[in-house]
Parts: sequence; structure tokens; C-alpha cells
Amino acid sequence: MDYFIELFFSGLTRGSIYALIALGYTMVYGIIGLINFAHGEIYMIGAFTALIVSTVLSIFGFPLPAIIILTLLASAIWAAAYGYTVEKIAYQPLRNAPRLSPLISAIGMSMFLQNYVLLAQTPDFLPFPALIPDFDFMEPYAATIGSSDLVILVTTAVVMLLLTWLIKFTRTGKAMRATAQDRKMAMLVGINVDNVISITFIIGSALAAIGGLLIAAHIGQINFYIGFIAGIKAFTAAVLGGIGSIPGAVLGSFILGLTEAFATGYVSSDYEDVFAFSLLVLILIFRPAGLLGKATIEKV
Amino acid sequence: MKMHHKLLTMIAAAALTAGMAAGAMAADTIKIGVAGAHSGDLASYGLPTVKAAELVVKDINAKGGINGAKLELLVEDDVCKPEVATNTATKLVSQGVNVVIGHICSGATKAALPIYRDAGIIVMSPSATDSSLTQSGDYPNFYRTIAPNDAQARTEVDFALNTLKVKTIAIIHDKGDYGKGFAEDAKKFIEQSGKAKVVLFEGITPGAVDYSAVVQKIKRSGAEAVIFGGYHPEASKIVTQMRKKRMTTIFLSDDGVKDDTFIKVAGKYAEGVYATGPADVSSNPLTKEYHDKYQQAYGSEPGAFFDNAIAASLALTNALAKAGSTDEAAIANVLHTEDVATPFGSIRFDSKGDAIGIGFVVYQVKDGQYVQIQ
Repeated sequence: MDYFIELFFSGLTRGSIYALIALGYTMVYGIIGLINFAHGEIYMIGAFTALIVSTVLSIFGFPLPAIIILTLLASAIWAAAYGYTVEKIAYQPLRNAPRLSPLISAIGMSMFLQNYVLLAQTPDFLPFPALIPDFDFMEPYAATIGSSDLVILVTTAVVMLLLTWLIKFTRTGKAMRATAQDRKMAMLVGINVDNVISITFIIGSALAAIGGLLIAAHIGQINFYIGFIAGIKAFTAAVLGGIGSIPGAVLGSFILGLTEAFATGYVSSDYEDVFAFSLLVLILIFRPAGLLGKATIEKV
Repeated sequence: MKMHHKLLTMIAAAALTAGMAAGAMAADTIKIGVAGAHSGDLASYGLPTVKAAELVVKDINAKGGINGAKLELLVEDDVCKPEVATNTATKLVSQGVNVVIGHICSGATKAALPIYRDAGIIVMSPSATDSSLTQSGDYPNFYRTIAPNDAQARTEVDFALNTLKVKTIAIIHDKGDYGKGFAEDAKKFIEQSGKAKVVLFEGITPGAVDYSAVVQKIKRSGAEAVIFGGYHPEASKIVTQMRKKRMTTIFLSDDGVKDDTFIKVAGKYAEGVYATGPADVSSNPLTKEYHDKYQQAYGSEPGAFFDNAIAASLALTNALAKAGSTDEAAIANVLHTEDVATPFGSIRFDSKGDAIGIGFVVYQVKDGQYVQIQ
């Protein structure tokens, strides 16, 4: 039973890591129907910014809580700037192009950003400081769940609730929903659609940066390539849960994380991906729009 | 006529005393073949060996050669392809080489060896690491100055079983050629020894965001030690998560982890980790001497397998000199019994043709640095 609980928590940790990235995918898809393949790279840039800012701050001798808050703000703002710019450069000009064009543009952006960081920073792995300290009250449970796992879990839950509130109960959220439902009609009733899309990219990128910081602090290392693999897994989770749906992205991430953890624990880690992707195939056969996705009729 | 003359020389060498045989050789030159990839995309593996042989031969000829006979190099390209290597070998044999330094790639070496064996020519490779080349026993004429592929796993397992005396071992690998090959060799050696049990053998996916599930599995297996086959990014994630879960399980790994980046990334959690790697030879006077000579002659740092090629050239020329003849058995006898000074320290060859003294050593992280132990 202990073993089951341990595996359950490691599945939850993996799941919430995926969820932090998957939320950005699903938000962008929900608004403009684009799979933003550069999202994983925004996450990576968030992690690099966090590394640079936290290193500089610790040289100046700031206390740890100040470092965490300032680093979080700096990397969220910087990544948001990247997300905004990427949208303006690579996606906005293609707003009315066939759907395949922005997709290819997104893949190009992803490669560009990877190689940019590779050249501008380093191809090597860099150590990431342990920004999340080991809490004393967690010590009795250290063998089961670590402090950083707990922080990631809580952050994911809080972020999901905040996003749901934002979309359901604010004017911006209302504008987002309207844009998602019918962009042309939203324009006709006076919503600045371009602004709504920019805001979506800014929020999604800031979330990715928060994810980047927490995950890098959890695993203790980063390089230019971390965004690719994490992005693919998060994208899978978003599809599993129903891309475009925010609770769906979180649910899909937890299911993916738990499947991987139990496959590793009870079968073999050689087969964790086999189980994860078999599950994806099965779910898409029976629910083509994902678990919580709405099956929409293609508008003509 | 040429072959006939050589045969006479060899009979003379075998029958007469070394001093007299040396006299018989004095009139001739000793031909050393150098075979390997000298063009194509793997040329960077083969060319440093040519340069190494040239430097050693130049030195010896400047001192009057071996027992009065000048050395002559015959350089042939096999572009690391087995089908070309057989032609290369045939050509060298027909040109009457006495010994061969090469080939470079394992596949090409394997293809060429039967031809040399049938001609009674000793071959010494600075770089062919395929374990079966020596261990199959098919090529008694083959020697090498590099550790075979499974030597690393052998060193690691010996250390775990005999020095650390662990009884239960979990083996984890990254599913790649290097990591998995290492893990499978380690598993084989542990099972052969019968001294310990492999309680877990698993592959992980490189680049994953979290390895806590496999770490829990290691914990549950009750292993006293983990042997990891793979590279440092995964090793540092696994060891960090193990230590964060307050596991004190011994962690051993390979050359891919014997990298300063591992210590930099894993930080305090790297302390106590064992990793195997080649011994550091940079402070050896012979290493320095030949690196300096290379620097003077070519104005750059030597490339891949240069030290190994210097070792092969020195071992072969030393054996030729001490054997006093070019007879295969006489040279082999010296290679097996007499120590020779090389950049790796003093070496000789075991009955299978692997160099004793060139291999892997175990390092441990102490105070943020890899320190050689044993």
C-alpha cells in the first residue's frame, strides 16, 4: 500500500508538471485553434531567465523569499514578452491563411528559439539553484513526497482555479470566450480580437515561465532542449483531456502522469511511453475530442 | 625471391642466437604497416595514428634503427570499411610488412585480421574496442592498446563486488547503445560471478521531467547499490531524487557520468558517487614528450587515439628490438612477457592480446571533485 501511495504521488508530480505547460497549449488552441509548438520553448526561455535573474540576485545577497518572488516576476514578464512577440511575428500575419501555415510557422519558431538559446547561451546542461527549500514540516514525509513536489502540486491547483475564474467571471474572460466561439462576430460587437489573442499569449507564456522555474528547481538542471520533450508530453496531455478545455488539460496531465508512474512501478519503465500513448489512442478512439473536449461541428 | 629471403631470415632468427640474428637483419629494413581510415568521414580517427607512428619511427631511425635495420612505414587507407580493409590487408601483406599498426575501426579490423593471421603477421590496434576481437580466441596475432568495450563494466562490477561487497544490485540504463550495452555487460558479469543478485534491470526514457517512480522502484527492490549505464543528465536527476527521498543507496556509473558537469549539476547530491573512467595520463612524461613533439611538428593538439597509437608503436618497436627478429612467435613472446614504457605507464599484454595496464579506474566524488581510488 505504501508503494502504491508513493507511486501515486510521483504520478501526481509528473502530472502537475505536465499541467503547468499544457495549460498554455490549451488556452491558445481554445482561442485561435492553433497548436503553438513554440510553447515548450517559451517554457525553456522562462527557465533560463529564472536562472540568470536568480544567479544575479543571489550575487547581490538578496534573501531567498525575495529572490523567488523577483525571479518569478522577471521570468514571467520576460517570457510573456517573448510569447507576445512570437505571436505578432509568426502567427498574426497568418491569421487568415490556411490552418497548416501557422502550424508550420510555429514549428519554425520552436526551432529558431531552441537554436537561438543554444548559440546565445550554451549547448551544455546548467545547474539550476534549489529555489524551493526543503520545508521542515515535510521532513517526516520526505521519502514519499518532496517539498518541491508539493509546491508544484499546489501551484498547479491555484493556477487552474485562477484561470477558470478569469475566463468565467471577468470581462477579459468574456471577451476570450466570445473570440473562441466566433471571431468575426466578436469583432462585430466591438471586441478587439487582436488584443484578446495577445492577452492569451501573454497569460499562457507567463504560466509556462512559472512552470519552467518550478520544474527546473525541481530537477535541478536545464539546457536549451528541455522545452521540446516536456512540450510534447504536455501537448499529449492537453489532447488527452480535450484540447481547448482548461480543466481538461489538468485532468489529461494527471491521467498521463499517473499512467506513466504506475506503468513504471508495476510493469517496467521501459514501457512507460507505450502505456501512455496506448491510453491516448484508446481515449481518442472512444472520445475523439478528448475527455472534456466539446465535439464541435466544423463551421463552414 | 623476396619472400624466400625473408623465410631464410626467419629460420635464421629462430635457430641462431639473438645477436647473430640481429646481424642477419642489419642489411634489411623492417617494414611497419599502418592501416586505418585516412580519408572519408572517419579520417579524424585514423590520421593521428599515422602521425604517432611517424614520430616514433623518426626517433628510432635517428638513433640508427632497430639492431641496425631502418624502419619503413607503409601507410594504407581502409576508410573504416570492412570490404576495403581486406584489400588493404592483402596489399600490405604482399608488400612484405613485418608488423601492422591498425586497423582503426572494429569492423574493418575484424575483416582484415584473418589475412594477417594466415600470413603470420602481428597486428596491434590503437582503437578497435569490440570485445570479441581478443576474447573469441580467433586471432592470436591480434593485440590492442585500448581497453575493450566490456572492460568498463568489468572494472565496475569487480569494484562493486570485491571492494564494496554489495549483495543486491539494481541496474538502470538509458536505453541507448552506450548505456544499455554497458548495463548488459554489467548484468552478465554479476550473474557469472554468483556473488551478488541483480534485483532490478530497467531502462528509463532520457529527458523525462521526473524519475521519482523508478526511484521508488529501486527503493522497493531493496538494492544496496545502483549501477547506471548512460550519461550525466539522467544520472544527476536520478541521484538527486534518490537523495531527496533520503535513500543512501550506493550509486555507481560509467564514463558518461565521469564528467565535471555531473558534479556541477548534482551539487551536494553528487558526493560519494562512483564512476569509472580511463586513467588520467596527461602527467605521464611520455605523454608530454610526444604531445610536445606533435605540437612542434604540426602546431596543434593531436587527435583521437594518439596516445594509444604512440603506445602501440612503442610496444611493437620495443618487441621487434628485443626479439631481435621479425618472427611472429619471437615478437609475441616479448609482447607477453616484457614490460614496455608507454604514455599509459608500463604495459604488457595478456594471453588474449589485451594490454595489462590500460583500462578503467574507479573515481569517487569527494568535495566536489572526482578522485581516483584504488
